[in-house]
Amino acid sequence: MSNKKSECPICDAELILADDTLQSELVECSDCGTELEVVSTSPVELQEAPQTEEDWGE
Amino acid sequence: MSKLKVSIAGGSGYTGGEVARLLLFHPNVEFKQITSERFAGKFIYKAHPNLRKVTNLKFSSLAELEPCDVLFLCLPHGNSMHGMAEFKKLAGKIIDLSGDFRLNDKEDYTKWYGGKHVLPDSLTEFVYGIPELHREEMRNTNYVSSAGCNATAAILGLYPLFKNKLVDLDRTVIEVKGGSSEGGNSPSEASHHPERNDSVRSYKPTGHRHQAEVLQELAFGEKIRVHMSMTALGIVRGALATSHVFLNHSAIQEKDIWKIYRKEYGDEPFIRIVKESTGTYRFPEPKLLIGSNYCDIGFQKDSDSNRLVIISAIDNLMKGAGGQAVQAFNIMNGFEETTALEFPGLHPI
Repeated sequence: MSNKKSECPICDAELILADDTLQSELVECSDCGTELEVVSTSPVELQEAPQTEEDWGE
Repeated sequence: MSKLKVSIAGGSGYTGGEVARLLLFHPNVEFKQITSERFAGKFIYKAHPNLRKVTNLKFSSLAELEPCDVLFLCLPHGNSMHGMAEFKKLAGKIIDLSGDFRLNDKEDYTKWYGGKHVLPDSLTEFVYGIPELHREEMRNTNYVSSAGCNATAAILGLYPLFKNKLVDLDRTVIEVKGGSSEGGNSPSEASHHPERNDSVRSYKPTGHRHQAEVLQELAFGEKIRVHMSMTALGIVRGALATSHVFLNHSAIQEKDIWKIYRKEYGDEPFIRIVKESTGTYRFPEPKLLIGSNYCDIGFQKDSDSNRLVIISAIDNLMKGAGGQAVQAFNIMNGFEETTALEFPGLHPI
């Protein structure tokens, strides 16, 4: 199992990243489905990836 | 494998049909009888056309009901309590899907249902039927009273917050939108197609009976106040509860709410947290749950206040009735809890 662990910055779920995860890679949280950008790999640091706003009910 | 002999009393309605559909595919069940006075002597598919060729069983009359191991009661409200003495002679275990035994207190029954309960001492014999709240009691009881559909959606959505005392107990507002099958299969002027179709009908802004169940199950020994409004939609199946609560600490953030729901429901086979920031199905959507036993729950905190909105969705005939009852049946009898309930719903639908 990979040693690269972190928490989702949105829902706090534990995330285990593949050993070969690279900086700037996009990963997805299995709980809240948020697309996350790997800001740093050592230590692992994640942030919500930029999203396009949907136009609902305007 | 030995099978339990199971029958349904009052099986021509929608909940009876749903329980029958599930039991006919249950590996631990020998489906013995299903009763209907109107359809007695006729094949089940005459009332439930989806069951054509699934079984050759015919409806019996209630008077023909024989002893069995487990009896599901899908009778109109009031009939279960009036016949309970006879039903108990016929079956060791009973699951009642009516409202007769949902409330523990006879005064509450009188307040919400009108009239006196004919078996007030039996009210506490029945375990309230939401497995996620009463699983251990179900393992040790012979009597379960399945919860109301709208109450189920609301209670499952709010339970983690009230249990963990995170909300202002004095102001909770629940709006439930439900489909036409909640009204049963007896037609009325209001259910006539030109009147019912495409409607968004506020039919019980206050005083819905299911509010009593919410008060009973979420109080945890405290005095709580819950306001509930019901709106009927032009859909057939589905209930969506949108509940507004006010967090009692401003420091509580969405991450904390995630943790609480994960703690309470992380191991629950039929509860899913649905809360995404993108995509079409960002929050629970009843149509995805049609035919399934899932309750999907989502939430969002108002960034300008302590208001937290909880959205919970079910299929009212499944998690809100037949599916919930079969889940309780599995627990009561030591079967795998998900047996006969694995169907995940359809997409697209």
